[in-house]
Amino acid sequence: MSEPTTTSTPDSRPADAPPEDIIIDMREVHKSFGDKHVLQGATLDVERGTSAVVMGGSGAGKSVLIKHIVKLLEPDEGEIWVKGRRIDLMKGDELDQMRLSIGYLFQSGALFDSMTVFENLDFLLERHTDLKKKERKDRIEETLDWVNLVDKAPQFPAELSGGQKKRIGLARAIILEPEILLYDEPTTGLDPVSVRTVADIIVRLRDERGISSIAITHDLLCAEIITDKAYFIYEGEILESGTFDEVSNSDHPVLRNFFKG
Amino acid sequence: MLADPNSLLGNFFERIGALSTFALEFFKRFWRPPYEGRELFNQMDEAGTKSLVLILVTGLSIGIVLAMQSRGTLARFGAEAVLPNMLALSVFKEIGPVITSLVLAGRLGAGIAAEIGSMRVTEQIDALEVAALKPFHYLVITRVLACVIMFPILTICADIVAMIGGYIESVLASNMDYRVFIDIAFSSIRFSDLIVDTMKTSIFGFIVGIVSCYLGYTVRGGTREVGQAAMQAVVLSSLLILLADVLVVRLSLMFFGDIGS
Repeated sequence: MSEPTTTSTPDSRPADAPPEDIIIDMREVHKSFGDKHVLQGATLDVERGTSAVVMGGSGAGKSVLIKHIVKLLEPDEGEIWVKGRRIDLMKGDELDQMRLSIGYLFQSGALFDSMTVFENLDFLLERHTDLKKKERKDRIEETLDWVNLVDKAPQFPAELSGGQKKRIGLARAIILEPEILLYDEPTTGLDPVSVRTVADIIVRLRDERGISSIAITHDLLCAEIITDKAYFIYEGEILESGTFDEVSNSDHPVLRNFFKG
Repeated sequence: MLADPNSLLGNFFERIGALSTFALEFFKRFWRPPYEGRELFNQMDEAGTKSLVLILVTGLSIGIVLAMQSRGTLARFGAEAVLPNMLALSVFKEIGPVITSLVLAGRLGAGIAAEIGSMRVTEQIDALEVAALKPFHYLVITRVLACVIMFPILTICADIVAMIGGYIESVLASNMDYRVFIDIAFSSIRFSDLIVDTMKTSIFGFIVGIVSCYLGYTVRGGTREVGQAAMQAVVLSSLLILLADVLVVRLSLMFFGDIGS
């Protein structure tokens, strides 16, 4: 297959790039693993400074979808535009630079378990910034304060609860002050109080730092709190999009079954 | 005739092909930054310090047992006096390097495959990737290099301790003077023999490092698959060490000739 090309406008933005206010644009993304077609033409976009939520049942392709945005997976077909550039065509330093502007909260937290909480955060600052030791320490304390876990800095991930791991994972995702955040099931497995805590942090990150985000979840409480625009994915296709109320009140039988049980 | 890719043989060839590609990737990326000096040092410490006691006990036991087992046979031919020489040849040329490498394949191979495998299934490798931290450099290159460097060092330790073990046995059995023991032991060993036979363990170290990293890095699934990867790392590394030993000995005989020649 020949590599797709994009023509550029004088301001170096490709002609077929999405408008400036669209920070993430996935177009007709297909992905298969063997003979299993996980994504079958998924299309969605996220406006700058807003939170999009992708909902859907287990195995609908939510995690596969979000992994394409940081090129952890490459599409078989389709285009993935991030900040006006095709991330699916990027390599090497260009890809690294783009990834540094995206924070990713993994479902399990994915904290480096051989390091303490402090080291988990410092690892990224040490590698990617010129901050001095004292400045790094201040940034880490400030970031841990965001997730209300400053006192956990010396502990190892194994000593934390599930909710605390998620919040430390979130702290690590925002430590480099990204423009975009991707949340993979940010509240799965948490009790309702922890769900609200994590959801409130996500809303604050959008409102106070202007971070654009995509969250994939099947937690309706979390989705209701954080959604600006909701998408419902089913068998690898986006079935419905709109506000949370529009999607949750859809007449489509699959959505009715998902939201009303 | 080509093997059916779904058969056991086809699967074996497929894995060996993938392992070779992984090894080529190592050589391709080895020269490129980032150079993870601190992590390399940590891994050398992990491989060296934490394996030292096991290696010393193994070496001591080899020396004592070999001397005890051989003494009777040599005495029957009236050749008991050459015991130190036989011991040195056996230990330095073959038993020391191979047994040490096999013990390290068990100790390090399983550890590396299990550690990297669990990082894979808990998404820690993906987390390194999206944070532009180049997991191949950080996890694979450092561990393989640590094995390449530490295997010969640990082999020298094992060889020395094995000779001390043999000397202890000789003192107990025949009250041999240590100067006589050393004189006889090194009477027909060339320095080049010692170098070649010790340095071949770098190749064994490379085998253990690359096989274990490959099996850990490519784990898919959960804890069961991680366990299998650890077991396979030990089995495959050990088999390849024994095969490589035959090749290295053949080549060293071709280039350096037989003992004392």
